[in-house]
Amino acid sequence: MGKTLAEKIWDDHIVRSAAGEPDLLYIDLQLIHEVTSAQAFDGLRLAGRKVRRPDLTIATEDHNTPTLDILKPIADPVSKLQIDTLRNNAKEFGIRIHSLGDADQGVVHVVGPQLGITQPGMTIVCGDSHTSTHGAFGAIAFGIGTSEVEHVLATQTLPSNRPKMMAINVEGKLKTGVTSKDIILAIIAQIGTGGGQGYIIEYRGSAIRDLSMEGRMTVCNMSIEAGARAGLIAPDQKTFDYIKGKPHAPEDFATAQSYWQTLFSDSDAKFDLEITLDADKLEPFVTWGTNPGQGLPLNGSVPNPADIKDAEARGAAERALEYMGLTAGTPLKKIAIDTVFLGSCTNGRIEDLRAAASVLEGKKIASTLRMLVVPGSERVRQQAMKEGLDKVFLDAGAEWRNAGCSMCLGMNPDQLAVGERSASTSNRNFEGRQGKGGRTHLVSPLVAAATAIRGTLSSPADL
Amino acid sequence: MEKFISHTGTGVPLRRSNVDTDQIIPAVYLKRVTRSGFEDGLFAAWRNDPEFVLNQSQYKSGTVLVAGPEFGTGSSREHAVWALQNYGFKAVISSRFADIFRGNSLKGGLLTVILPQESVEALWVAIEKDPTTQIKVDLDSRTVSYGSTSVAFELDDYTRWRLMEGLDDIGLTLKQTDAIDSFEAKRPDYKPKTLPIRI
Repeated sequence: MGKTLAEKIWDDHIVRSAAGEPDLLYIDLQLIHEVTSAQAFDGLRLAGRKVRRPDLTIATEDHNTPTLDILKPIADPVSKLQIDTLRNNAKEFGIRIHSLGDADQGVVHVVGPQLGITQPGMTIVCGDSHTSTHGAFGAIAFGIGTSEVEHVLATQTLPSNRPKMMAINVEGKLKTGVTSKDIILAIIAQIGTGGGQGYIIEYRGSAIRDLSMEGRMTVCNMSIEAGARAGLIAPDQKTFDYIKGKPHAPEDFATAQSYWQTLFSDSDAKFDLEITLDADKLEPFVTWGTNPGQGLPLNGSVPNPADIKDAEARGAAERALEYMGLTAGTPLKKIAIDTVFLGSCTNGRIEDLRAAASVLEGKKIASTLRMLVVPGSERVRQQAMKEGLDKVFLDAGAEWRNAGCSMCLGMNPDQLAVGERSASTSNRNFEGRQGKGGRTHLVSPLVAAATAIRGTLSSPADL
Repeated sequence: MEKFISHTGTGVPLRRSNVDTDQIIPAVYLKRVTRSGFEDGLFAAWRNDPEFVLNQSQYKSGTVLVAGPEFGTGSSREHAVWALQNYGFKAVISSRFADIFRGNSLKGGLLTVILPQESVEALWVAIEKDPTTQIKVDLDSRTVSYGSTSVAFELDDYTRWRLMEGLDDIGLTLKQTDAIDSFEAKRPDYKPKTLPIRI
């Protein structure tokens, strides 16, 4: 019987397999950031252990870093200590680091692909659940906890139980104004936040193949929001072209590519679960609740919990509406927004900025809201400025910031105030995620830009 | 890691589903560089509410958290496990856990027990009726028992053995260094390296 794409990669990385034990998996690359690594390095020091492969490890500063005045000392002493700790650990253990102000600093999942160190057929881990982003290149990439970060630093391996395999086929053609973000939000609404638990998801079908590499990254990025640690897409010519010319592209590209071309699910491979989505029918999607599965097409209305049969889901919807300050039956397009956030590892890449700028060009954002534009990396920021996108955003009345995770998780000063409502291109609408008491609606960059202009949740078609 | 064989304590009924790790500990509390002191951040937003279960005096000394389905979704932050442990929890019971949170908990010695939702409901009722109900979570027999009720749970033999012996995962893997060496010797040259830096 044939193998799935994920099974091929998994089997290629088994260092040791024994009955009744997890497979010992070799890890090709570990990405590090300031929030989930300090305790791992401490553990190494306590045990007198070294980093086995500094040359398969890379660090960047992103989660708690400010997006203004980045060259001044960090004002918050606790954040500063965390950053200083990462810098000291990188120095002590000989790990490459891209610090604030460095040309390659940025959100860890934007930095890997732009350096060309994210490649097909790899195993990639990071102490961050959105590591699934790298699956867009046909890699098994997943988030891990700090104990596992330490394990990989010490051994370059991870004991892992083989996941089940799910295929999500997205067939057809997206309508104008419908994007990769809408695909993944629709998938999560369909299978739920736990639907992918225990699985690796392979995204397939014509609508997935039609996506750019950056669009594919957006889809894979939010696999974790459906409960799957990893999501991936078979590499193709687009993947190879994207990597070619990047700093860490293979020197012997032809040999690498001939291996990459073997990375697809065999026609007789068996998935434990297959789901199909009709791309033609998709609309711009938006979340109304406090988990990413609580989403609807933008043309819909806030649901009435009384209509939900499942008691658990009904209770969750009631709580969500109360937290979000929404009334059942309100058209989603009537919801007024206070802050628009464009950025994050989900939608902070150059294509996302271009998409939003194409809507905002020559227009002004509503006087009732603020808009933050936070590029995913310093390179994205530089590229955007080269194209004049910064001017488009500034002329429209938006703020143009430095790179980082920023308001996606509200760990730095970029936060929502209590009761403030955002339309955000990030990945999580959890209670308080973007600031205590803040209310989040997840949207695509196109919807974010249109919303900024109209002041209420909107798509470019409404302009 | 401390050995986990059996724990007996009172329960805390958390009747909510989709308790994500941002609720367990919000990002602003993640800035510490130690593994301790995270109890202040545990359920930080909800603890402002005097009605919240952890603020009710009858549940103050609970050590077994009994939560709704999809517990621990979202961020991979192991701080969520540390916050629960720092606060005093030894075990969490739910019908469904998110994968990363469950992995983190079992690495760190916080026992996450999966029970059918109807058993979770029954346990909630029992705790709410009598908050002093002693709940025994026993890894040896793989059962949760209280009063006259005993429910079996599943946990793979390998993880159970590691927890009961309190074994250090890294130490176990380092015994396989020869296998790692020989795997590495066969890795293709085209696999990327982060060093030396290429521009």
